[in-house]
Amino acid sequence: MKRVPVQQKVLKENDRIAMELRRLFARRGVLALNLISSPGSGKTSLLEQTLQRLPGDIRASVLTGDIATDNDAMRLARFGSARQITTGGSCHLDAKMVESALAGVTAGQLDILFIENVGNLVCPAGFDLGEDAKVVVLSVTEGDDKPLKYPNIFVRSEVMILNKIDLLPHVPFDIDTVYANAQKIHPGIEMIRTSCTTGEGIEHWLAWLRRRLERVRSRPAAS
Amino acid sequence: MHELGIATNIIETIASQAGRFGGGRPAKVGLRIGDLSGVDRDALDFCFQALVSDSELAPLELEIERIPHRRRCEPCGREFEVDVNRFDASCPACGNLHTDSVTGYELEIAYVEVEDR
Repeated sequence: MKRVPVQQKVLKENDRIAMELRRLFARRGVLALNLISSPGSGKTSLLEQTLQRLPGDIRASVLTGDIATDNDAMRLARFGSARQITTGGSCHLDAKMVESALAGVTAGQLDILFIENVGNLVCPAGFDLGEDAKVVVLSVTEGDDKPLKYPNIFVRSEVMILNKIDLLPHVPFDIDTVYANAQKIHPGIEMIRTSCTTGEGIEHWLAWLRRRLERVRSRPAAS
Repeated sequence: MHELGIATNIIETIASQAGRFGGGRPAKVGLRIGDLSGVDRDALDFCFQALVSDSELAPLELEIERIPHRRRCEPCGREFEVDVNRFDASCPACGNLHTDSVTGYELEIAYVEVEDR
């Protein structure tokens, strides 16, 4: 028996496409964000609010992933550019799906590309989509220990959107606890509190987007 | 449950590397899987064997080396292991939160063991 070293990443092909996408986004000055959450946390509602309230000088588009139906793209298309990726059973988006879907989006100028991943706090964490940052959305009905239970996604996300804060009076959810739990997993992770029902906090999310977009625009484009 | 796709990737990689095995039959695949890779080792082994059992690759063993999540404290330089079941990124020596990941994201094929011809 002889041992042949291989030393190859299992997701090498995904990572290769993701790096190509990252270079493409950098060249075009596009801020690409990968939104990840469990099903029903309000990713699509957040994007509805975002598309409606983004200032007119920021052009945004959404790629929205689901296992089945184009419901989310239909919802989002009322407010802006949206395209559905139907994974046909896969529990996450991969870079190839994003690359294919982008073919229909990149015409014209784009400032922010939102990639709404399949609702799942586990599998999407491991698949690089070429994004500038992962954004994890957590709603207050899910429990303040979620960062501890799903460390993989919180350790990789730059910002945690705490959504449905209008429901706080009705659920046993402690904001200080969730913040402390998230900091344990990812020291320095930002937390933005939002309600897509009342609109509270959306302005903080929009301000974060603008700051990140300015960072993208000020960096030298990759060759 | 994306372990089936991961298992498929591993098998495709082995097939693509066959030229390096000197004509010998692969008997074992060695993987390095980090605690933060998001891969369930038991599920991956199950999926891998399910795919291999009906193929010409059978029998092919999967050996998984678990790579713990280790971090290094920026201020004091201490390197420490993080128990992902009781995740705490702060430095056990000085309590500082400015710690950087060192290992734990691995999802790699390390080697293939090939039978002698």
